[in-house]
Amino acid sequence: MTNLPERMGARDPGLGTRDSMAGPRGSMLRGARRSLGALFVSLALVLLAFAAPLAAIEPLEFKDRAEEQRYQKLLRELRCLQCQNQSLADSDANVAGGLRQEIHRQMQAGKSDEEIKAFLVDRYGEFVLYRPEVKGGTMLLWFGPFVILALGGAALLVHLRRRAAAAPAAPAPASASNRSEEDW
Amino acid sequence: MRLGAVLPLAVFALIGVLLWSGIGKDPKVLPSVLVGRSAPEFSAPELRDPNLTHSKASLSGEPYLINVFASWCPSCRVEHPVLERYAREGKIRLVGLNWKDERADALAWLQRFGDPYEEIVYDPDGRIGIDFGVTAAPESFVISADGAILYKHIGPLTPEDMETKVLPLLAGKTTP
Repeated sequence: MTNLPERMGARDPGLGTRDSMAGPRGSMLRGARRSLGALFVSLALVLLAFAAPLAAIEPLEFKDRAEEQRYQKLLRELRCLQCQNQSLADSDANVAGGLRQEIHRQMQAGKSDEEIKAFLVDRYGEFVLYRPEVKGGTMLLWFGPFVILALGGAALLVHLRRRAAAAPAAPAPASASNRSEEDW
Repeated sequence: MRLGAVLPLAVFALIGVLLWSGIGKDPKVLPSVLVGRSAPEFSAPELRDPNLTHSKASLSGEPYLINVFASWCPSCRVEHPVLERYAREGKIRLVGLNWKDERADALAWLQRFGDPYEEIVYDPDGRIGIDFGVTAAPESFVISADGAILYKHIGPLTPEDMETKVLPLLAGKTTP
């Protein structure tokens, strides 16, 4: 095992070498070495994936886990005004960092989630909320899709009824049960 | 039968109008909730003299343009000559809000590019910026003599913005 690195460098030029060229034992050994190498590489990649978010976390202090979870949940519901498709939790924009600190400070001061949201809406407008309040101007946003779904469903129903009503009069030779399947 | 022919067309037209009205709108431009309201209260030191303190009250009396800038902000350099020109010509009363910056960096920046500001409010941690609803630098606000926000401009100010938006508002409030 001590000469493993040297051998890997000297005799195994890499991915281009095919195992079928070596004897059965060599092939097995090489296969084992290769999968070990692959394991290390994938392990390194997995660890790297965790490294980035860790670096982005600001050193904030919470009195307990529940408070920290509340903070994280609140951040996910608020939009970063500069990178508009990111939440305050995701964004690295300058303004997002400042707002995170402000939210943390207000939480420490005993403000409720609602008070903090009101504070931000007061300054940045409704747009800061990922889930806007249900009121006059946002009715279409909240219920529009359901209205469209209901209209489409109603249209489909009317259409099918008409077809079903028209079907018996049709001169098609197929039986009734077959026809209803064809309708679909 | 008639309805069946007209309805799809009507729906198409409706969606068309809806989408058409959205074309050309810049999603980055948000209506500022602060326009028309009283400017936020603050108290902060002067950038160039830490012993001096500015507040909303101390700046009031005459309408002014408050410009959010920072030494790390490239777009601020773009608008800087414009601000400088209008300030030099005495057309605007220009106040700076040095936002999320280091004092030494800001002073060096002013030394290099010129300092057109009458007063500069120093806001290193961006708290005053939050109260003004600042999302990024540069941003500028026209404040009336009695401390109300008349206009918010996002991004660098151009000579055209100055002529068409800022100057009329500043002038409108000086003549009682």
